Amino acid sequence: MLTLGPLGFTAPWLLLGLIVLPILWLLLRAVPPAPIRRRFPGVALLLGLQDEDNEADKTPWWLLLLRMLAVAAVIIGFAGPVLNPQDRVPGDGPLLILADGTWADARDWPRRVDRIEAALAEAARDGRTVAIALLSDPPTGELSFQGSEVWDSRLAGLRPQPWSPNGETLTQWADGWGDTNFETLWISDGLEAAWRADFLSRLEERGPVTVFESPRQVLGLRPARFEDGVIVTSALRAAPGPAGDVTVTAHGSDPGGTERTLAQATLNFEDGATVAEVALSLPPELRNRITRFELSGVRSAGAVSLTDDALRRREVALIAGRQDREGLELLSPTHYLEQALIPTADLIDGTMEEILLANPDVIVLADVANVADPDPLIDWVDKGGMLLRFAGPRVAASDISRGEEDPLMPVRLRSGGRTVGGAMSWGEPKALRSFAEGSPFFGLPLPGDVTVSAQVMAQPDPTLADRVIASLADGTPLVTRKRIGDGQVVLFHVTANAEWSTLPLSGLFVAMLERLAVSTRPSAPTADDLAGTTWVPDSVLDGFGAVQDAGNLSGVAGEVLADGQPGPDLIPGLYAGDDRRIALNVVAAGTELAANSWPSRIIVEGLDVLRETHLKGVLLAAALALLALDVIASLWLAGRLTRSRAGRVTATLIAGILALGVMGEVQAQTADDDFALSATAEVVLAHVLTGDTRLDDTARAGMQGLSDVLWRRTSIEPSEPIGVNLENDEIAFFPFLYWPVSPDQPLPSAEAYGRLNAYLRSGGMILFDTRDADVAGFGAASANGRKLQQLARPLDIPPLEPIPADHVLTRTFYLLQDFPGRHASRDVWVEAAPPDAEQVEGMPFRNLNDNVTPVVIGGNDWAAAWAVSANGSAMFPVGRGFAGERQREVAFRFGVNLLMHVLTGNYKSDQVHVPALLDRLGQ
Amino acid sequence: MSATADLRSHAEALAGPLPPLLAAAEHLASGLLLGEHGRRRAGMGDEFWQFRPAQPGDEARSIDWRRSAQSDSHFVREKEWQAAQSVLFWVDGAASMRFASDKGLPEKAERARVLALALAVLLVRGGERIGLTSMSNPPRSGEVQLLRVATALADDDDAADYGAPNVRGMLPHSRAVFLSDFMGDLAPVEAALTRAADRGVHGALVQVLDPAEEAFPYDGRTIFESVGGSLSHETQKAGDLRSRYLERLAARKAALRDLARNTGWQYHCHLTDHSAANALLWLFHATEHSV
Repeated sequence: MLTLGPLGFTAPWLLLGLIVLPILWLLLRAVPPAPIRRRFPGVALLLGLQDEDNEADKTPWWLLLLRMLAVAAVIIGFAGPVLNPQDRVPGDGPLLILADGTWADARDWPRRVDRIEAALAEAARDGRTVAIALLSDPPTGELSFQGSEVWDSRLAGLRPQPWSPNGETLTQWADGWGDTNFETLWISDGLEAAWRADFLSRLEERGPVTVFESPRQVLGLRPARFEDGVIVTSALRAAPGPAGDVTVTAHGSDPGGTERTLAQATLNFEDGATVAEVALSLPPELRNRITRFELSGVRSAGAVSLTDDALRRREVALIAGRQDREGLELLSPTHYLEQALIPTADLIDGTMEEILLANPDVIVLADVANVADPDPLIDWVDKGGMLLRFAGPRVAASDISRGEEDPLMPVRLRSGGRTVGGAMSWGEPKALRSFAEGSPFFGLPLPGDVTVSAQVMAQPDPTLADRVIASLADGTPLVTRKRIGDGQVVLFHVTANAEWSTLPLSGLFVAMLERLAVSTRPSAPTADDLAGTTWVPDSVLDGFGAVQDAGNLSGVAGEVLADGQPGPDLIPGLYAGDDRRIALNVVAAGTELAANSWPSRIIVEGLDVLRETHLKGVLLAAALALLALDVIASLWLAGRLTRSRAGRVTATLIAGILALGVMGEVQAQTADDDFALSATAEVVLAHVLTGDTRLDDTARAGMQGLSDVLWRRTSIEPSEPIGVNLENDEIAFFPFLYWPVSPDQPLPSAEAYGRLNAYLRSGGMILFDTRDADVAGFGAASANGRKLQQLARPLDIPPLEPIPADHVLTRTFYLLQDFPGRHASRDVWVEAAPPDAEQVEGMPFRNLNDNVTPVVIGGNDWAAAWAVSANGSAMFPVGRGFAGERQREVAFRFGVNLLMHVLTGNYKSDQVHVPALLDRLGQ
Repeated sequence: MSATADLRSHAEALAGPLPPLLAAAEHLASGLLLGEHGRRRAGMGDEFWQFRPAQPGDEARSIDWRRSAQSDSHFVREKEWQAAQSVLFWVDGAASMRFASDKGLPEKAERARVLALALAVLLVRGGERIGLTSMSNPPRSGEVQLLRVATALADDDDAADYGAPNVRGMLPHSRAVFLSDFMGDLAPVEAALTRAADRGVHGALVQVLDPAEEAFPYDGRTIFESVGGSLSHETQKAGDLRSRYLERLAARKAALRDLARNTGWQYHCHLTDHSAANALLWLFHATEHSV
């Protein structure tokens, strides 16, 4: 490659072609422009005249220059000019290709793989051995440098991981590298990390290091959190940049169980800011269904934030046994519950019936002995509800669950309960025993000041031991639980206020409620919170942010989960515990993203690299443009460029350039769309085009006349009628087709018949009109009748009968018994009534077919009776005098009835039943 | 197809251009004065000219008795002399006449025919006899002759590049009108005029030119061809030829004018982008004057 400043040439020898330019100059100068032939009678006067100046006919210098430039552009273009050519220095020795392989890489992972491929290809050319490693998942043992072809096949298997590399693991890995020296290409995700500097120095001990970074912004989504009743999501970006928008979408299942986008919001990064926040206000039902938030368009685990119970606000219904102690709020049975639950749950008040309708997650019964109607409540518990009961004086005084276990009590109770450490009793108030393993409270620390001075006592039962989940120091049960179906009943053997114990005053109370999933976790759980629990991954994220089923991944200890550092052992995902779920996200609430700054000695590719720009296309295009100019200039010089022709030539050139640039496909569909729009925007009466102009005009005028009458008299407001070509036009748009029959109209094609049959089946109506009632009546006696038989043979026409006197057509709008057009024949045929139709006693009509009759066949030449000219006057005479006008009026009435029948079906038939229906409704 | 139908279609094709040509000519002619015009002296005619006292030698039947009865002497009623004159037209139908430099301009031949026919219309209305030099039968008066002339004009396309006047049918002491571009050889024209002058025929030469021929608005390398294609001239730079061409054209016009003056004719140069009515007016006056 020849390099001249920032320009390089891939085929520099072609540049020698530039030498020809001066020769070309001379050649072109010598050749005069082509002559024009002109007719000119005055030529007789010109004969013998000699040209004075022979120089003048040569090509002008500027045209020559234009052509020279065009030729030069072609030569230089084919010489393959490249702006900022990249010179490659072949390397030697082993090459280590490192990729961070984190979630931050995932967004443009293919590009990174491409870069690795390019590096592999380069190494193959240079005959170097290569090792490839992902820092997020470093291989074990020594580095194995192998031929690049070995790696080629493994490239596809490289996938980013949804966690960041671990510094310690990397150090251990670096320790095991052995003593080979190698050059390193580090494909970095560009995020700042503590281990980078150390690791970089380890790499530099072995050889030169080149870093490749994508200039693309790394985006992360923090877990959504609650703030003042709204969900706040915040997105991070690694480097402050110009203002920009990111869209965050909330995904979850809709009531039907389908995964959908439930909400969407735009996060607005301000100029120079790295954090953007947006608040989403969603109704609880919607909010509780959200399973994850995603930054749309960013394919990375960091852009996905799974939600867990922290976002779910449970609906808790509080029912207290006595509300009579007004003013003494601290003594209210539910005061402490309310205080504990308000920050984290939605509380519901109301009667039991109302509450059950709301289907809350938890119902708290504070000192309620008996429930009036326990069955719905039991059903609700059975379906997964949680009934949380607190004891109290009423429970103690009642006889609930004494003799035998109440279905809504976890245990049987002894009557009366007990009081310890009171003024009238022996003993000290009892402290709590530490929670046993297997209890949902296991691992909660016991504050020393929680004492119980009174409680209700459980009857010893065989099942008692299984049901106790917390007990006092002396072993008496404090909290018992029984599972019913999918739900559970939990009984605190103390009151919900501080009367019987100090438990409601302590933080333990809140923690216990949370463990019982009565309330939800307000913030990230600490290691202490989760101590002693085991969490099984439910679904996990891969590096690209796709949610996958966890399969048989083993559970993790609560402490590890609380630590919240994703790694190979703790894959980000949704972890399910006893009754709760915790989401572990790649980007935690406190995560900050920052762009890594490499030391200046390191070469960083990918950011400010001067891209190679191939100029060949530009130069060839320029040459073409110059030649086009040359065409115009030559024409102008030769005097052939008259004004009109100049316009044409320029237009042609521009059109050519546009055609080159825009290879858009012209949509030929607009005509079809227009037809569909005009046919469907309003009700349109249509008639079949028969090919007989006079007949078609009459039909059109008839439809127009009928449309006018409909417009004036009824609520049907048709627009301009349309003539329908059965072969080309879609007829499904029209409720009604008028088909005048003429003996010489062509039979429709098979496809057209297919459409017609579909039309008839789907509720369309065709009015066949043989227009021969005055000569033939209706039947095969005329050419029109025979043609009708031909036309109708391939159609799916049901059995027909002459319109019976009680047909719905006789009363859809007007009461009619005759259906005249221009001729008054009674032979009008419609779909036959079902054979079992019989007139019921007391009913004026039979209960005839339920559908619109698909065809009406007659010969009364209705269109002629309906036809109006452009000025609205009737086009054809009907009958004679007043009787004739009356017949026309009845013809119009028939048209109105027909259209009403088409559009409303047997509505008028059903009207018969209205008195009976009203009677049945008691009015 | 029967022979009659063939003949008829041919006739119709032939008659096609006639109405427009005649209409154009009559339209043009309608701008000028109408009616027969006498010779302003006594002679044969229908119009009354004057009474004069009877002189010896007057026939007795020539005496106007009604006038004579008013006085003592005899008067003779004289009528204005209305001798019809013959005017012969030569309209150049050669190829060079079928040229129009612009779509908006008529061809020279068309203009020439319209002018000729319009003058013919006027003359026929004036009672003169008209004819074409190329027609075999002698000049006549009347609408039928007008139609004949129009037919002959419409059919008068010559294949030659440049036309030469035809003086065969010229009657002595008749009048003639030559319409041509006179771009071809002048010798036949000269010969024709000389012969005409010998026979006492006077008339008018109208040189019909296209504006392009007058202005020569060409430039660049050009091959000029005559309309028939027989002559061609190539130039590298047409613009340079302009002045010399114009000189030659002026020389030719001068030659024609001289020729006309020497033979007692009148000469006029008409450009097709000018009003035809002006040319007709000139022609009319020229023929009237010379009659």
